[in-house]
Amino acid sequence: MDRIPILKMGDCLIVSIQEEMHDRLARALQEELSERIYRTSAKAVLIDISTVQIVDSFIGRMIANIAGISGIMDARTVIIGIQPAVAITLVEMGIMLPGVMTALNIEDGMKLLAQPPELHP
Amino acid sequence: MRIVSAQLIPISEESDIVIARQRAGQLAKKIGMGLLEQTKISTATSELARNIVRYAKTGEVMIEEVENDVTPGLQITFRDCGPGIPDIEMAMRDGYTTSGGMGLGLSGSRRLVNEFEISSKPGMGTTIVIKKWKRP
Repeated sequence: MDRIPILKMGDCLIVSIQEEMHDRLARALQEELSERIYRTSAKAVLIDISTVQIVDSFIGRMIANIAGISGIMDARTVIIGIQPAVAITLVEMGIMLPGVMTALNIEDGMKLLAQPPELHP
Repeated sequence: MRIVSAQLIPISEESDIVIARQRAGQLAKKIGMGLLEQTKISTATSELARNIVRYAKTGEVMIEEVENDVTPGLQITFRDCGPGIPDIEMAMRDGYTTSGGMGLGLSGSRRLVNEFEISSKPGMGTTIVIKKWKRP
């Protein structure tokens, strides 16, 4: 499958990555999300990666890109449910995902987005 | 060090990166590595296999189950006949990139494994051998 379904809830786009994140899929997601933000004027993007077992520098850059593109288009991005082993591996590699907000589950992610933007680091 | 088993994965397109990292992860699990060690070795494999696709187009990844007197481990060899790396020391630095990536592929994956050897000559390709031992 070469597409990840993007759900819309209010002014929020929700993506749950349930399969192996290969490079083409990551690029397709980046393009498709920016297109959907533009079409729907979404203000937030929630990306659930709780089942993703590998985030290497390429996928990390794709995630950072998505957050950057969304930010320019006036939408905030929250990455949900990063696994502990993935988080440790990213930090050891030196990949810090600047500008990306994270939450441990979708409820926390929604709460984070309900706060005014100036409260975010 | 003894070699217990070996498998060769030809690398020629992006989907082969996924195959290589999955096989590395499966073998890490099989020899009893914990989830963090599995994640680290699969991530390093993903980085280095991607370098083959990105810089050399084609190459191969050899995944070997090995053991020393104390513990089992994985030895993974990434070999290509691509353009090679003119300055290895520079390429190993954090933030060095020729592809517009984060420049953490080589230096980052070195931090995920126990042993990391790289040999490369311009025009002659690159070989990287990594080893990760199961924590006793």
